[in-house]
Amino acid sequence: MNIIVCIKQVPETTEVRINPETNTLMREGVKAIINPFDMYAIEEAVRLKERFGGKISVLTMGPPQADGALREAISMGADEGYLVCDRAFAGSDTWATSYTLAGAIKKLGDYDLIICGKQASDGDTAQVGPGISTHLNIPQVTYVKKVEEATLKSMRVERMLEEGYEIIETPLPALLTVVKEINEPRIPSLKGLMRAKSAKITMLTQKELELDPQQIGLCGSPTQVVKIFTPTPRIGGQILSGEIPDIAKHLVDLIKDEVNS
Amino acid sequence: MDYLLTEEQKMVKDLAHKIAEEKIRPQAAKYDISEEYPWDVLKAMGDSDMFGLFIPEEYGGFANSTMNLCLATEEFSRACGGIAVCYAASALGTIPIVLFGTDEQKKKYLPDLAKGKKVGAFAITEPEAGSDASGIKTTARKEGDYYILNGLKHFITNGGDAETNVVIAMTDKTKGARGASAFIVEKGTPGFTFGKKEDKFGIRASSTRELIFTDCKIPAANLLAKEGMGFIVTMRTFDMSRPGVAAQALGIAQGALELAVKYVRERVQFGKPISSFQGIQWMLADMATEIEAARGLVYSTARMVDAGCKDVSKESAMAKMFASDVAMKVTVDALQLFGGYGYMKDYPIEKYVRDAKITQIYEGTNQVQRGIIALKIIKEMAK
Repeated sequence: MNIIVCIKQVPETTEVRINPETNTLMREGVKAIINPFDMYAIEEAVRLKERFGGKISVLTMGPPQADGALREAISMGADEGYLVCDRAFAGSDTWATSYTLAGAIKKLGDYDLIICGKQASDGDTAQVGPGISTHLNIPQVTYVKKVEEATLKSMRVERMLEEGYEIIETPLPALLTVVKEINEPRIPSLKGLMRAKSAKITMLTQKELELDPQQIGLCGSPTQVVKIFTPTPRIGGQILSGEIPDIAKHLVDLIKDEVNS
Repeated sequence: MDYLLTEEQKMVKDLAHKIAEEKIRPQAAKYDISEEYPWDVLKAMGDSDMFGLFIPEEYGGFANSTMNLCLATEEFSRACGGIAVCYAASALGTIPIVLFGTDEQKKKYLPDLAKGKKVGAFAITEPEAGSDASGIKTTARKEGDYYILNGLKHFITNGGDAETNVVIAMTDKTKGARGASAFIVEKGTPGFTFGKKEDKFGIRASSTRELIFTDCKIPAANLLAKEGMGFIVTMRTFDMSRPGVAAQALGIAQGALELAVKYVRERVQFGKPISSFQGIQWMLADMATEIEAARGLVYSTARMVDAGCKDVSKESAMAKMFASDVAMKVTVDALQLFGGYGYMKDYPIEKYVRDAKITQIYEGTNQVQRGIIALKIIKEMAK
């Protein structure tokens, strides 16, 4: 089974620092890790490879230091790493990112499955996975918490909902985004780490990908981050007490007053 | 201090550290109480190639060196001395096969030990033969293509959980110390049973049992080296494994120091963190310096072994003796720094004291180690 895993390197802390001029992420000086949800994606891919054989290509779009994330994925069992990196891609929103990654995937050749983490811990949009599958015109199943059955032609998975889950069957190739309930990512082996150290990471730039310049980078991004701020916490509030029907009536009256004022 | 580790050594240390923090530390207290054998942790170690560190590559090992074994053992011990000793004792049971096994024996036993699929144990101690190992009474009688073993070993680490046991038994009582031989005995062999699991003061995650041999019949092919070489196998094995015990003690000391430093920075008395008081600071300085001195001895000895030095018995005795004495002192001082909280089982530090004590005792008591060192020095001066 040929599997592509898309990962993102993110800052370790959840305190994302934004450059006030360009409204993009300031990555320097902050420890970089693989986006936690992507670890589950890598692990699931390795488990499928252990079952079916085949190859795992791991792909990331990011600055040159994202090479480290690819090597970490290789140490867990991925076979090859691709770094999509070019000044032209900087400042991409989720639309431009998914377009660019889809463009890179088209260059990688045939695949049976693409696995992504549910969302990135720095952006939290959960849009890139679905965006990639849309650009590639393949089926997508998001929030996958279990692979029930898999063959090289189709897959049956459990998709997590807010209350409960659904069972979805999809033909392959398809794209899955996975949640952390799906598995427990392995610790790399020493042999894996040695392999990762000497692995050759292939760089994919705009020159190789030949993407539409209007759809990449800041200029290809329909959305822009205008401002990121921590909302001021609201303090105080009113505590209503008494019998539940009385509280309910009181609450409705308060809301009506608020709306009307 | 920068110990000038190679890239490979740093990789081993960092990976062992990761396993320690993610797999060992969260479960240390649980295994200390339940005394269950930590198979899941050993599996994580095996999957990460950690058991390969004491086995040559051609038999399934990887990056094998005494230094790497010490680095891994130290990191595991920082998180839990008990779980770490399950790993280190497997090394102890494997090293005799690595040093003295025939190609067939190595091919048969080492690959599974390298993956952590099977675990090893080394059995020499008996109720009447501890420091005086020559007093062993277990016998191995040759009968055709077999040896028949009879006797009792006790205080064997990994006893009962190890599939591959290296057992020292007397093949010829008349020859005294030259009359002992080493055998590989597999768990499940008829006539090979286990006694009760010991209820220990410390390293409670590890299993310590009696090995009982009642007309236990093993193939003659399971003899290691030659008849009569039992104590040579033992001494050479201990020379190689002592740095590992020293590393275990070192890790326990290091782990205790780290907990203590963290605590004294947070504990406020008299309006300040207690780390600002000179008395506390002096204790920390002494503890940290002693640990670095111990580390220097351990790493130097490991490097000597890896460089192929023929005789490391003095140095490995020094490393084991000093590191274990440091571990005992540092852990007791660390508990003192925790004050009343240190005495409570809710806090992790008392376990470090309990785990440290055994390192002064097993694999040759520190009194025996001093004897080894003194005799070596005297012999060297006589030249």
